[in-house]
Amino acid sequence: MHIAVCIKEIPDPEIAPSLFRVDEEAKRVVPIPGMSPVISPFDEQAMEAALKIRDAMGEGADVRITALTIGAESARGIIKHVLALGADDAVMMSDPAFADSDSYSTAFALSKAIGKLGAVDLILTGRQAADLDAGVVGPGLAELLGVPAITFARKIDVVDGAVRVVRVLGDGSETVEAPLPAVVTVSHELGNVRNASLRETMRAAKKPVEAWAPSDIDVDAGDVGAAGARRSVERFYVPISDSTCEFIAGDGPQAIAGALAQRLVEEKIL
Amino acid sequence: MSTGDVLAVVELEEGAPTPLTLELIALAGTIAEAKGGKAIASCLGAQIEDGLGRELVAGGAAEVHTIANALHEPYQADAWLPDLMALIDEVGPTAILIPHTNAGADLAPRLAFRLGSSVVTGCVEVELGEEEIRFTRLCYGGVAREQLSFKSGPAVATIKAKSFDALPPDESRSGDVIARDSVVTPDQVRTRVVERNTERVVGVRLENANVIVAGGRGIGGPDGFSEAKELAEALDGAVGASRVACDLGWCPPGYQIGLSGKTVAPELYFALGISGAGQHMAGCGNAKTIVAINTDEDADIFASARFGVVGDCREILPHLVEEMRKIKG
Repeated sequence: MHIAVCIKEIPDPEIAPSLFRVDEEAKRVVPIPGMSPVISPFDEQAMEAALKIRDAMGEGADVRITALTIGAESARGIIKHVLALGADDAVMMSDPAFADSDSYSTAFALSKAIGKLGAVDLILTGRQAADLDAGVVGPGLAELLGVPAITFARKIDVVDGAVRVVRVLGDGSETVEAPLPAVVTVSHELGNVRNASLRETMRAAKKPVEAWAPSDIDVDAGDVGAAGARRSVERFYVPISDSTCEFIAGDGPQAIAGALAQRLVEEKIL
Repeated sequence: MSTGDVLAVVELEEGAPTPLTLELIALAGTIAEAKGGKAIASCLGAQIEDGLGRELVAGGAAEVHTIANALHEPYQADAWLPDLMALIDEVGPTAILIPHTNAGADLAPRLAFRLGSSVVTGCVEVELGEEEIRFTRLCYGGVAREQLSFKSGPAVATIKAKSFDALPPDESRSGDVIARDSVVTPDQVRTRVVERNTERVVGVRLENANVIVAGGRGIGGPDGFSEAKELAEALDGAVGASRVACDLGWCPPGYQIGLSGKTVAPELYFALGISGAGQHMAGCGNAKTIVAINTDEDADIFASARFGVVGDCREILPHLVEEMRKIKG
């Protein structure tokens, strides 16, 4: 069984909103010195889901996990990370032609790369990348590959050539099955991810990482990256908050609760 | 081809259009008016109740296409896409609006790519240019915004709840209701829903509540949520939570408010022990009044709050319940 996990390098989403800055002219995030980019947490959970599937198949089962990413050369860091977690090999698409992709050109390049990998049974992605939060690449990839997609997974099992997914709904969950090959996007409800094992970390340096340019996946440079994008970014900005907070103080919790209630009544909010 | 028509994809809940659907239809009307077209609603379901088409017309749709097929429920992209594609082929809309829900977020990228276009997900604002339509969405965990337009093909966007106003229903509006035959066959539907566990909400629904009492890490545990429930009940409100509190298992996942949870816009929002991360504010930023209680005076939540208390919500909450009972009693 061959599982492809699509991962993305993003600015650390834990950055305090007060430190977050954008360059409106260049339409880019201003990097914060000393803050390293990270793997998008939902993608890390997609990796965890792949490892869980391999664990469930037991020792000796033939499960190959390939990680794929489109990103700058710095994305080698997250590739090393997933290799240390247990991925078997990886593909990096760092050619400048891939830069400034939108969801479409990203999904397009990934679909061609997956095509080149050959018989991939299961493609896993995060439910969305935790930078742009769009959630388009996963289901879009399924569309381009012509395979079914199941989104927002919190549990994934592979049984008899089919995938069985517990999918998160607004008010509960549903279990959905699809024949392989299929795309599944993973939600944070999957739970905690494991740490890299010493054994895999030692082996990681020897695992093959391929660098693919557009020609390697048989596409024109004009069909990927910014050139292949189907949307234009008109503006990128941080909205300014204009609210001011009235702080309520008092002598002990009871007095504070009383003062707060009084203000809410005075302002006709209650 | 650009007709100026705008298609709103209807989402049903127990046979009736969801409030978000009616917001979508109103927005479709606004865009269509500027583009010289009309608002069209597509309504897919296992069966379409009599009167549903009229309800959508009263909500602002100039044309309603109903397509009944048992395969449409529960929602699966494979069962919806062929019928929507057939309809879109025929009407050639300039823009397609889809609810930003778990089903809509699953459907929209597939539909957009099948149409050779792209998609803006979680749209909160629309600006109408001379030619293009510009859609604004939240990104970077709700901290930043991007405004996007489409290079080609119909604009496809999922619309976030409570971002646009629905029209007051008006029975005197006129519009055509057209029942179409479904083109979907069972062999096209590769996914199969084998089980469904949905919680029936007792009391006020979170999305519709006027008052919400939401707890985060600072609420301390499941007991904090019992107390939050008392406060919510005293105010005829509902209980919500941050993602952290849900992930810790202190409350059901359905309580989650934020980017990966529910979007709410109550009159009054109590944020108890919630730091105010962008991804949470993305779900409650449209609340009219936010009251924040947090031990950390530098917490980001105070930047969005109208009233703030620097203190331990676990100590203040019981007294607040008492005060509210006095006021409401």
